Amino acid sequence: MIKIDINKKLHGSSGEMDLNVNLQINQGDFVALAGQSGSGKTTLLRILAGLEEADGTLYIDDEVWLEGKKALPSQKRKIGFVFQDYALFPNMSVIENLLFVKKDKELANHLLEITELLELKDRLPNSLSGGQKQRVSLCRAMMNKPKLLLMDEPLSALDPVMRTKLQQEILTLHKEFNTTTIMVSHDPNEISKLSNRVIVLEKGKVVKDDIASNLLVEKTILSFDI
Amino acid sequence: MSSLEFLEFEPFLLSFKLAGLTTIILFIISVPLAWWLSQTKSKMKPIWESLTALPIVLPPSVLGFYILVALSHNSPIGVFFDETFGIKLVFNFTGLVVASCFYSLPFMVQPLQGGFESINKNMLEASYVAGKSKIETIIKVALPNIKPALMTAIIVTFAHTVGEFGVVLMVGGSIPGETKVASVAIYEMVEIMDYKAAHIYSAIMVVISFLVLLSVYIFNGKQKKIGF
Repeated sequence: MIKIDINKKLHGSSGEMDLNVNLQINQGDFVALAGQSGSGKTTLLRILAGLEEADGTLYIDDEVWLEGKKALPSQKRKIGFVFQDYALFPNMSVIENLLFVKKDKELANHLLEITELLELKDRLPNSLSGGQKQRVSLCRAMMNKPKLLLMDEPLSALDPVMRTKLQQEILTLHKEFNTTTIMVSHDPNEISKLSNRVIVLEKGKVVKDDIASNLLVEKTILSFDI
Repeated sequence: MSSLEFLEFEPFLLSFKLAGLTTIILFIISVPLAWWLSQTKSKMKPIWESLTALPIVLPPSVLGFYILVALSHNSPIGVFFDETFGIKLVFNFTGLVVASCFYSLPFMVQPLQGGFESINKNMLEASYVAGKSKIETIIKVALPNIKPALMTAIIVTFAHTVGEFGVVLMVGGSIPGETKVASVAIYEMVEIMDYKAAHIYSAIMVVISFLVLLSVYIFNGKQKKIGF
């Protein structure tokens, strides 16, 4: 169980804004985070990762990640984070990128096998396609068997065929590792395929919180750009 | 040709020893400093950047004068080192190393800072999320991904220290085998009108400097092709 109650002043392009989120997320949930750009989605993800400061509290099971001025550093949160721009280490080969997180060759090979990357394991990231890079990034994020997997629009830079393929792989890994996943996404089909819960942010507040299929029915009357 | 037999190469050896030591010390000091400058959001940053860059614009004689005043055996620092470690900091080789570290500081810090600033922030964050400390991230992720900047910093610092003159003369004087480096030796040869020896020394300096810069540009050109 993840209990989020955070507050942060943001200085966005549209002036000052309060990010104010109070949520509870169940273990094993796949949550899609939607909303217009500038609504605070990425910031929320970064606060969960410990990459950005905030006021309030964050509890994950029996661990305290944030309480008043006390914040557990990113290094100790054991999360997985998939960046939109992959953020692979260019000086390391595919397998080295994975082993950098944890020296567990068996797990690394297993992950590369699921994502059909085993043949490319000695290649450098710069020689891979966008889809391959994002799969490496996904595998790297799974290397410390994260309780919480955070993904910031992981598929937005990929073509539709690759997106479909990766959606399936994300789902496989989410289930196999029994992780709780929060993914920023704008694609209604993707949201309905992957997530069991959708949270829509607007100007830093949760304006919609529902199971994915319900939201999809409403999508035609929703004014949000999801 | 007879004068060639009297040519000493000790000043060159001294120049390279000085440059080598200075480069090593500055590298150790500058990596954390450049990292801090590249990551800080402090309002004091411009002040620190200006202080670091000061040796580029100051006349070497001004820098040399202040270092001389600060390190002489009448100064608190000079007294402290003399009494505590028995080390004198001026008119000897140790003094030259200290002075060179000030003089060449920006040539090490600035390329490193530029390199660190150019790194994709998400890549560093990916390392933190993977549980790695800042130090491990600098060594295993940041430095290997700024190889051209690293190469530029090390080589240019080395070459710049080999070429220094004013600071060396102020702080070191010209003691053969101790502080008489190549650039000072050339100056003295010209003073006594031994132009032939000055020509030979100067030509060696030109060739070495050219080769050093050429190696940097070739290396960095290759790195760009690889895609770093």
